[in-house]
This record gives sequence, C-alpha cells and structure tokens, in this order.
Amino acid sequence: MPEISGSHIAIRGIHKSFGSLEALKGIDMDIRPGIIYGLLGPSGCGKTTLINIMAGILDASAGEVRIGDKKMPYLEAMNHIGYMAQSDALYRLLSGRENLRFFGRLYRMKRPLLEERIAQVAGLLELSDALDRRTGEYSGGMKRRLSLAAALLHDPDVLLLDEPTVGIDPLLRQSIWEELRRLADMGKNIFVTTHVMDEAERCDELSLMRAGRLVACGTPENVKRNAQAKDMNEAFIRYSKGGGDA
Amino acid sequence: MIALAIAKRILLQLRYDHRTLALILFAPLLILTLIYFILNSDTQDIPIGVINAPLNFVEGIYENNGRPLYMREDEAIAAIEKGEITAAVRIDNGKTTVYLDGSDSLTATKAQAILRSAAVSSPATLRPDLAGETVYLYGSADLEQFDNFGSAMIGLILFFLVFLIAGINMLGERTTGTLTRMLTAPVKRWEIVLGYTLGFGMLTLVQAVILSVYIIYVLHLFMVGSLWLVMLIILLSSLSAMTMGMLLSAAANGEFQFVQFIPIVIIPQMFFSGIFQLSEGWDMAGYCMPVRYIADALTEVMLRGGGIADVKLELAVLAGFSLVFLLLNVRLLKKQRAL
Repeated sequence: MPEISGSHIAIRGIHKSFGSLEALKGIDMDIRPGIIYGLLGPSGCGKTTLINIMAGILDASAGEVRIGDKKMPYLEAMNHIGYMAQSDALYRLLSGRENLRFFGRLYRMKRPLLEERIAQVAGLLELSDALDRRTGEYSGGMKRRLSLAAALLHDPDVLLLDEPTVGIDPLLRQSIWEELRRLADMGKNIFVTTHVMDEAERCDELSLMRAGRLVACGTPENVKRNAQAKDMNEAFIRYSKGGGDA
Repeated sequence: MIALAIAKRILLQLRYDHRTLALILFAPLLILTLIYFILNSDTQDIPIGVINAPLNFVEGIYENNGRPLYMREDEAIAAIEKGEITAAVRIDNGKTTVYLDGSDSLTATKAQAILRSAAVSSPATLRPDLAGETVYLYGSADLEQFDNFGSAMIGLILFFLVFLIAGINMLGERTTGTLTRMLTAPVKRWEIVLGYTLGFGMLTLVQAVILSVYIIYVLHLFMVGSLWLVMLIILLSSLSAMTMGMLLSAAANGEFQFVQFIPIVIIPQMFFSGIFQLSEGWDMAGYCMPVRYIADALTEVMLRGGGIADVKLELAVLAGFSLVFLLLNVRLLKKQRAL
C-alpha cells in the first residue's frame, strides 16, 4: 500500500447545503496527528455532515478536505481511515465475528492477520464472548462497541468517530477513552464528535459547533478560560449566546 | 476480491434468513403447482382422434394424458364438429396435420401440448424439414390466449420475487447505513454492484435449477424444449429483476415504500406479459418491459420446443436490460460517494 504522507487533516472553507438548508457555513480546521480532536455540539448542528465529508461519503458544496496531501474523497486514502457512523451500520443477521470479517475483507485484509485483529479488537472492547452471537441480539452498547471494533480493525492512521460512546456504560467508556489515548500516543489522528460536555474535557483540542459554524476552538482549558466559564456546559452557553469567536 | 466478499456476505445473510430463502426457492414451486392444477383440472384424458400416425407417436399421446382414438378423416372431422374430440392428427410421410377445435382455447392448448410432447417422444418418425400444419375447424390461433399462461406466470413470479428480495436487501443496506459504511472503505462502486450480482446470481442459479427440475420431472408439464435453455432464461430473468430492484431501492425511503412499487412495476408487467389478449398498440407497450421477453422466451422453449436460435432476441434483450440497470446502479451510487 502506498503511504499517504502523514495523516494531518486540513479542512478549508467547507460549505454544505441541502436544498435551502445550509448545514455547514464555512468550516476551517487543522487536525494534527497524535492528538484526540473533539467536535462538540448539540445534535443537528452539522457534526455528522462534517465527519461524512471528511470520510469522503458526502460532497461539500464548497471547500475541501485534505488528509495528508490527498484531497478527499481519495480511494487509496480510505485504506488509512477508520470510520464509525452514528447509526450502527451492522448486519443484524450476521454474528459479530462475521460482521468484522466482512468489514476486514473490504480493506483487503488477509485471513490470518484478519483473525488476529478480530481477536485483538474484540478483546479490547470486551466483545470476545459475544462474537459468535447475532448482532441483532446485541444491546445498544454492544452494537456501538462492535461498530468501533470495525473501525479499528484495519489499524487505520486516522479515526473518524461519530459519537462513539453513546449508550456505553461509564466503566467501558473509560476504557475506550484510554484506548483512544493510547492510539493517539502512537501518532494516530483521532477525530471524535460528541454532544456530551464532560467527554469534551478528555480531548486535547476541541471545536465547539453550533448551527453549522465553529464558535470556539482550542484546548479545553483555553475554551473554558476564554469564556470565563467553570465548565464546558457553561462555556458552550456563553459562546452560543455571544455567537462570537474565541 | 471485494465483490466476492460481498457476494459471500449476501449468501450468508440469506442462509440465516430462512423465511426469505424459503420464499425465493419454494414459493414459485407452490404457485406453479396451483397453476398446474388449474390448467389440468379436467385433464385426465383428452380424447384425440388419430387418423394416421406411427405407433410410438400414438403411445406418446397416451403417455401425455391423451386418449388416442383411431378414426377415419371424415369421422374425425364429424367428431370435432360434434364436440366429442378437440383435435385429430394425421401424419403422412413425416408431415403432421392437426385438425383443431380452437373455440375452447384451454382444451385446444392442452391438446396441442400433448401432440407436441408426443412428437418429441417419437422424433424419428417426423421430418423436421416439413413444417406441421394446423387446421382450425373452429376458432383460430388468435383465440389461444391461455396458450402461454403457464410460462408467462413462471416469468412473472420469478421476476416479482427476485425484484422484491434484491430490492429490499439493497434498501436495507441504504437505510441501516451499511452501504455508506462499505463506501468508506476503499471499495469501488462497481465492486459493490458486481458483488450483489454475484451473490444473487448464485442464489438464482439454485432457484433456476430447482424450478426447472420441478417443472420437468415433477409436474411433467408444458415442457418440450431444453432444460439448459430454460435455466439460462430463468437466470437472465432473475438478473434483470435483481438489477431493477436494486435500482428502484434508491427511490424508496423504507420497506413499505418499496412495496409500493409492486402496483407500478409488477402489475403492469403482468398485463403486458402476453397473458392477456391486447389490441396491437397496447401489446407493443409490453415490449419495453422485461417480463414480456421472459414470458415469450419461456413459451417458445417450453411449449414450442424452440432452440437457442429461436430465443436469441429475447435473451439479448434481457441481457441488455440487466446491463443497463447494472450501469445505472453503479452510477447511482455516486449519490452516496462521488468517487
């Protein structure tokens, strides 16, 4: 596989309209490898639209996304991206293992490596015992974990995770964040959307999004300090009212 | 190969979905059996006058649920006029002449089918270079509206089931997000469409075999042509139905909306499939629909014993429909991902 040079994500002037609805109104972002970058905002603010444009499955009306030096969508670059959608894109009739095998094959993973990775990610997400059950019987949290496992399977350099911890219990959520931290320390580029304010605190950098615009960017500390807020909730409310920049 | 992985996954899903699998494999058998009983409710023996025919031909009539009655030509014509027999046959030097009462088209069709089957069972006595002649004492060939009922029904049922199942399967991929998920992987759009074609192609291959064997060896009915050719027609039919179902799944927002295509896509094809006698202008409309070609090809092979040369136009058109639908599907996926 030809390497893409680095996994720096550059988002420049992204606009997206659906008919008369303007979902994204000019987004610029730089996401460095080796950190966890959070996109925080209420549902309906355009987070999923942005992450889909980054993943190459939605066209921007204007602007561009580059991963490394490749303009998305770029087929080869997709080998290096792990994507997890907000809805669990799983085959209900198939077992967890069969789902993972299928997704692994889409990245042309060879059998022995694939089986090894399935065992690894399943262990990591505490799914080892459930692997041979149909995903239709999984609980909501298990489905989220399997979706995340599918995104991690091919060991991508860039992870685009749309609300990865919804419906996952606090203990496991803790261990998922620890794993994301470990992956970031390995130099991977991790982009996470969330509407849970306290999760935002775990990110190295974050952007606050509201109605298709970024209202604040920076480290969680900076974001809070600039808004003179004691927690992220308060910061979010201040920025939203002011509609201003940080 | 990614297309193969997709095909494998579709078959795996179907294997776990027993109901759908049963529907696609066995529902056609059930419906065909019902049609068989409707068309054969009074068949035990259809009396057929034999003016002159070789012994193995007469045996052929007997084996195919006909009751051969030896009579002179004038007796036979009188018997047909009185309604005692529906058909009489005379074979002179390998040339077949059939006298037929075409006014009861259902019985006439059966009588003709029996004679054709009898002809197949005694090939040596007939000279293929001499075209057979059918003399209608009553009615005419135009009255044979139920002639291709059975084969048209096979085509229609197949088309309907494959259309529905492939369409809903693809729709599921769209609504659950798995299609999007596939497209975030380095998968080419044509690989997805090819994967679907392979997966459902393998399923319909099994279906074609089961259906053909059932028609020929269990129902022993309306089949004079080649088994292989019937399978080929069934396979191409399923392919066109599958690709059309996939295509229309893009226009539906959920399974119920997909089911709404049945009155728009399936029922009109039924009317134009050749089951019903239509005025010429309306009849032509059927030729822009796949089911018409499926029905025509099956009728030609099953009832008239046509070879591949007789149905090459129909096969080409069905392949053409499938190809156009396939390309449209690949194109349509652009809506999901520009690349």
